Amino acid sequence: MLRDITIGQHFPGNSILHRCDPRLKIVMTIAYIVVLFVASNPLGILLSLALLALLYSLAKIPYRLILKSLKPIVPIVIFTAVLNLFFMGGEGEPLFHWWLLSIYAEGIRYAILMSVRVIALIAGTSLLTYTTSPIVLTDAIESLLRPLEKVHFPVHELAMMMTIALRFIPTLIEETEKIMNAQKARGAKLDNGKFTERIHALIPILIPLFISAFRRADELAMAMECRCYHGGQGRTRLKVLRFTRQDGLCALAMAAMLAVIVATRFL
Amino acid sequence: MNTKPMLQVRDLHFRYDPEQPTYAVNGVSMEVHRGEFVAVLGANGCGKSTLAKHLNAILLPETGTVLVEGMDTREEDHLYDIRQKVGMVFQNPDNQIVATIVEEDVAFALENLGVPTPEIRTRIDEAMKMAGIYDKKDKAPYKLSGGQKQRVAIAGVIAMRPDCLVLDEATAMLDPRGRAQVMQTIRTLRAAGISIVSITHYMEEAAQADRVLVMNQGKIVMEGTPEEVFSQTERLKSYHLDVPQAAELRDQLVAAGLPMPENVITPEACAEALFQLLQGSPA
Repeated sequence: MLRDITIGQHFPGNSILHRCDPRLKIVMTIAYIVVLFVASNPLGILLSLALLALLYSLAKIPYRLILKSLKPIVPIVIFTAVLNLFFMGGEGEPLFHWWLLSIYAEGIRYAILMSVRVIALIAGTSLLTYTTSPIVLTDAIESLLRPLEKVHFPVHELAMMMTIALRFIPTLIEETEKIMNAQKARGAKLDNGKFTERIHALIPILIPLFISAFRRADELAMAMECRCYHGGQGRTRLKVLRFTRQDGLCALAMAAMLAVIVATRFL
Repeated sequence: MNTKPMLQVRDLHFRYDPEQPTYAVNGVSMEVHRGEFVAVLGANGCGKSTLAKHLNAILLPETGTVLVEGMDTREEDHLYDIRQKVGMVFQNPDNQIVATIVEEDVAFALENLGVPTPEIRTRIDEAMKMAGIYDKKDKAPYKLSGGQKQRVAIAGVIAMRPDCLVLDEATAMLDPRGRAQVMQTIRTLRAAGISIVSITHYMEEAAQADRVLVMNQGKIVMEGTPEEVFSQTERLKSYHLDVPQAAELRDQLVAAGLPMPENVITPEACAEALFQLLQGSPA
């Protein structure tokens, strides 16, 4: 049951989006988010949706995956929609009025735009994690943050921590399952009882998990020392990120499309 | 062995807590020559893992010296040279693998040493082929079996091209199949001229070594070829060690009055001796 949790939800493939420089993908995702908020007119939003659909079909990602990634944010979408619906003041007569609540045409317009925007936001950022493996993503973040090293921001350490965390997620999940089974075999009731009882039942799982995680950390540190680890200084990399000509063309194409979307604002 | 020893330990003393009178390693001297396979045996808490950690400067001696190709482990200038020459593999493969992809993990040490990217590629390919995990290079480590994971850990160390590999109970957590895989890798490494120091509980593994050391209470108490050491069954038992089954059987046969040759420690040798015995005896 715990095994089903996947972080990052990478969807392996070999499309142009998968092969694209991950740094470019991160920058473009951020640009896309900004554009979503800058282009607040219906045409702009419509065009951003079209762009997203185009990218998803280029990446050959099945549409049911988009639905899956959207499922957890349904409450947020409904919440923002309802808020916008009722609290957006408008000019002229309200379309609907009851007690303190009134709905204006402006409210409906805003509610729809806002929910579509949130959906596009989530679908857009999911596309990044679908087409980029977590390890490559970490490399890209390290590379993008590199300039911050000048102000003594621990870029390499941050990337190393992310890598190790990613590496140990499956190991610790397996361990949690083992401990849960061991405690169940000793008569622990994990799945029923009142809420407070269930919280209490977690203690005999968390304590051994933490102790073993610390022990693992200790051993890992020693193994890393044995392999001459001494921080980020003078390190080389097996895989060096390269910005190819194809990446350049992709960047131009994306920039052009985003510019068109922003331009709709001034129509 | 006419060359200078690769590893030289002289009168090594070490205790984890300087306030306590008990030493974890209490006056050990030993040598490992180039290309040699040395097995270190001993009951739990006899100091064998502590000794192993001195061989690549993870621990530093309280008194005595450890020399790796003439370099003192206490000299900080040589720290990375020493760790590169003496690779170390631990018991739990899960706690030694750093990266989320096999080949990235194998490359970890080389990245730390600042090896140029094209050379990293050739060296890791070579290391993965030697450890027999080349076909798993794109896999995630958690999807591999225990034996495969331990071979990834070994590949990560031999990518540094060490002259000596120290295995600190590297097969203790593996199932028999994983153990066999790791032993096969060790044989390949020996053929490539790498010295092996294996700290182990398994007599079958120690029986394949050139030389066996037995430790008890921080001291080396027995030393010799596997045949010499394992034929002294009574003495081994006094150090709380198991005895290979073949040696045990030979002892009982001798005790029962049957003439059996000395130095019978493997099932094959035992079968051969029994065959000779049965052929020789009048039907």
